[in-house]
Amino acid sequence: MRNNRLVLLAVLTAVAGASSAAETAADNYKTYCVQCHGSQGNGKGINIRDMSVQPRDHTDAKAMSGRTDDELFKVIKEGGLSIDKSVLMPPWGDTLSDGEIRDMVQHLRGLCKCRYGS
Amino acid sequence: MNALMTRALWRAVAIPVFAALSLAAWGADGSAILQQQCAACHNLTGPAPQTLQALWNRKGPDLFYAGNKYREAWLVSWLQKPKPIRPAGEFYGDHIKPGPKGDEVDATTLKAHPALGQGEATAVAAALMKLKAHDDLIAREKIEPGTLSKSMGEMVFDKFLGCMACHRIEPDYGGLSGPELYTAGERLQPQFIASYIRSPQAWDPKIWMPNKHVSDANIQKLVRYLELLSKENAHEK
Ligand code: HEC
Ligand code: HEC
Ligand code: HEC
Repeated sequence: MRNNRLVLLAVLTAVAGASSAAETAADNYKTYCVQCHGSQGNGKGINIRDMSVQPRDHTDAKAMSGRTDDELFKVIKEGGLSIDKSVLMPPWGDTLSDGEIRDMVQHLRGLCKCRYGS
Repeated sequence: MNALMTRALWRAVAIPVFAALSLAAWGADGSAILQQQCAACHNLTGPAPQTLQALWNRKGPDLFYAGNKYREAWLVSWLQKPKPIRPAGEFYGDHIKPGPKGDEVDATTLKAHPALGQGEATAVAAALMKLKAHDDLIAREKIEPGTLSKSMGEMVFDKFLGCMACHRIEPDYGGLSGPELYTAGERLQPQFIASYIRSPQAWDPKIWMPNKHVSDANIQKLVRYLELLSKENAHEK
């Protein structure tokens, strides 16, 4: 009985892995965020020269600690306008799954070496 | 030689010679050229990349829906004189380097595109126009006639929707990670432009253009705006 359940679990994991194929936050960042936020995460990507509002420096602990994880989740999923910020920050809800966005929030916490409020 | 014999001779010799000559110039086999010279960099059969690894490995834009995407006349001329379309190439992440003011495009990593002769380009364009894997997406789009001022179009594109962050709407204005769009009207079919803006992910699930949930009315405006820009760009050339 116990063995059967283990086998089932293994099969389910394999199937889920094949179909949903979640990418790592670092790989998603490199593909989707670096174009504006830069390869160093400092807000200086190849696209910024003519942008009227500059992308956030994700290594800026002071600014990034002003946002809760829920706010970061919301701005990534629904875009800048959803938190009264610029339309130039796009919504990624059709590109990333909710799980990938949660991983991305933690990735940003790694870049700023900060938490909400500190 | 009498007239009858001359005519017979003409048929026996001249016609095959002409036929052979025109085959050499115009009979190039477009599909064979695609397989031999293009398939190494372009996906001709689908599907689009389903993982980031596959996306990064892609050496050139997917062509398996070329017949849903390009204007044939543009293909014939571009294939003979290809000019860059994506300022940061494909995949953009492989063509950037950190600079004093932030990331910059590393132009030394971008290579010139192979060019074809006129006969080959015509044959290849015809073969590409037969690749229509996404008739389904195209059928959903209806382009309504109408007019729009350039300044209104620019307002929608730049201010309301923020598309300029990744696309150039003039040779030296706009972002670099997406294809230049001041030539999009001559390059792309209007239904493709509309459909791609509606859902980039429907065409290319892992692409780094976000779905901005643009309204139907704004999609119509953007199609008109991009066609207007192309006409202007053609005059200036
Ligand atoms: C097209 C350019 C662009 C891309 C691509 C982009 N961003 Fe942004 N982002 C911006 C801009 C511009 C701002 C600043 C908005 C403002 O201050 O009004 C911003 C701000 C942010 C903020 C700060 C919001 C706040 O006010 O606290 C976060 C977090 C963020 N982006 C995350 C991401 C992530 C994660 C990705 C990749 C999935 C990404 N961005 C991709 C342009 C972009
Ligand atoms: C060494 C790789 C390579 C080969 C070989 C190659 N291409 Fe390309 N092709 C590219 C790249 C890279 C681009 C994108 C160029 C740009 O955006 O500036 C491109 C762009 C194109 C485009 C425009 C696509 C778009 O949507 O912007 C067409 C059409 C095209 N190639 C057709 C061909 C044909 C036909 C052949 C064979 C005769 C061919 N290519 C051979 C790499 C290649
Ligand atoms: C974060 C960057 C980004 C933003 C913002 C963005 N795009 Fe794109 N766009 C891209 C990329 C990347 C492609 C596809 C490149 C490819 O196929 O190689 C693309 C492709 C397109 C195409 C097809 C062009 C072609 O030659 O294949 C059109 C049309 C287009 N975008 C219009 C828009 C419009 C309109 C907006 C604003 C609503 C917009 N884009 C916002 C990055 C972006």
